[in-house]
Amino acid sequence: MIQAKIRKRFAAARESAGFSLDLEFQASRGFTVLFGPSGAGKTLTLDCIAGFVQPDEGRILLDDQILFDGAARVCVPPRARSCGYVFQNYALFPHMTLRENLEFAAKRIPRLERHRKIGEMLEKFHLADVSGRRPFELSGGQKQRCSIARALIGAPRVLLLDEPTRGLDAPLRAELDSVLRQVREEFSIPVLLVTHDFEECLRLGDEMIVVRDGRAVQTGTPRKIMEQPANVEVARLLGLFNLLPAEIRALDPGRNSSRLRYREFELTGPYYPGRLIGDQVWVCIRPDLLSAVPSNGKPGMNQIPSSLVRTVEKPDRVRMEFGEGIAVEMDRAATEKYGSVKEWAIEFPQAGLRIL
Amino acid sequence: MPIDWFPLWLSLRVAVISTALAAGIGLWLAWTLANRSFRGKEVLDAGITLPLVLPPTVLGYYLLVLLGRSSPLGHLYEMIFGSPLVFTWQAAVVAALFHSTPLLVKSARAAFESTDRSYERAARSLGASEFRLFWRVSLPLARRSILAATALAFARSLGDFGVTLMIAGNIPGRTQTLSIAIFDAVESNNGSVARVLVVIISAIALAVLLVANRLTSNPFGPRQPAL
Repeated sequence: MIQAKIRKRFAAARESAGFSLDLEFQASRGFTVLFGPSGAGKTLTLDCIAGFVQPDEGRILLDDQILFDGAARVCVPPRARSCGYVFQNYALFPHMTLRENLEFAAKRIPRLERHRKIGEMLEKFHLADVSGRRPFELSGGQKQRCSIARALIGAPRVLLLDEPTRGLDAPLRAELDSVLRQVREEFSIPVLLVTHDFEECLRLGDEMIVVRDGRAVQTGTPRKIMEQPANVEVARLLGLFNLLPAEIRALDPGRNSSRLRYREFELTGPYYPGRLIGDQVWVCIRPDLLSAVPSNGKPGMNQIPSSLVRTVEKPDRVRMEFGEGIAVEMDRAATEKYGSVKEWAIEFPQAGLRIL
Repeated sequence: MPIDWFPLWLSLRVAVISTALAAGIGLWLAWTLANRSFRGKEVLDAGITLPLVLPPTVLGYYLLVLLGRSSPLGHLYEMIFGSPLVFTWQAAVVAALFHSTPLLVKSARAAFESTDRSYERAARSLGASEFRLFWRVSLPLARRSILAATALAFARSLGDFGVTLMIAGNIPGRTQTLSIAIFDAVESNNGSVARVLVVIISAIALAVLLVANRLTSNPFGPRQPAL
């Protein structure tokens, strides 16, 4: 269990704008993902927990040990924090073999025990065959497994992973996923993972903290956040939604309906409790919930005419991008039967029309 | 033309000993400057660099005051070793040390600073003490540049003139180093001796520089560690 309240300010300099980190969160067993765009302060947060960077104020508690307390002027040095850190570039010592890398990390384990433990970790992470090699002789996946094994061998109380999938190709990413799932099952410690890839949050995250400009803007399970982004900023960061500015024109609780005005078009949606007529809102809808049909000149109910800008092939479907930045994702079969039509009508479902 | 080879041997001995001492002190200093932050760090760095820019006579004067027979340090030395430090070959070692350490610290600090910080962070988060980090990680990672820096320090301590003259003097057969012997030979119109010694010291310096360059230059990007 890790509890952190971190404040760190960087004054604006000649070539960099000022930045301030002000984050409060806790993470217990399982995976907690710090999600956000680059420059949001995610890695800085890990560095504060590991002790590489000293916060200006705040308090970091790991289990029952105080790692940092600004008011009490406590700042435990990194070597005494028992934080396993997996660096983006792995930071395996290039002049040591894999086994020596693990030995370096296992210095505190008594000698007989150490030998057994290193063997065990090499087995567990499928590195036994290459334990005598140096990092530059290894594949990316082997380096990654080794850096995770090295971070875990000293029995840390938290594991910190800095953008572990950055720059990895798809097979390696899948391999990493399974290694990390194994870590979750076999080591019952909190894991903090930094990423800017929402799919990774979905695959691995038990909890997710959306970070933007040094602040936590939403916390919850990845599914929950995907289904109900707290505001338009979070929705934008997830990159999953069509976001259309609209105005509420009518609300009818009796028939559970509402009318929204988007540009010169009217859309019918469900009743939105707690909203008023005239509110400026964002219609937030996933591309796969929309559908498109060739336009017959006169848009029907809840349809918006638009011209196709381009289509993007996805593994399992086709993404159609329209003017005004609206995207629709449909089955390949559904689009192929229409051939190359330019003008389309985009159909909005009434029930699933969410607003933010 | 009989040549007295004593100055050459003395210079080599002085250079070897002072380089070893400079490496011992200088590498730790350089690492501290590169990796730790503390108050007065840049003042310390400037203080260490000062001998590089001060006139040798000024440095020699400071050392004379600091280590002379009437100074506390000089007194201490005399108590321990039974004879004064100044105007002995050991004083030439001290002179060479002050002459070469700044160069070593400067280039070693740059070498330490150019290694990827994440290695040091990794070592620290894995529980390594500062000394273990220095000895097992930083030093091996920067070893080529460190060796080059040490070679430069060696070449420099081989050639000191002013400081040595000030605190070790010019006693033939006892404290007369190569560069002082050359000065002596020229003064006494002994051109042929001077020429031989000049060629020798130039050749040594050139060889050391070539070694240092080989260690630092890297035409194919970062060299893989030797297997």
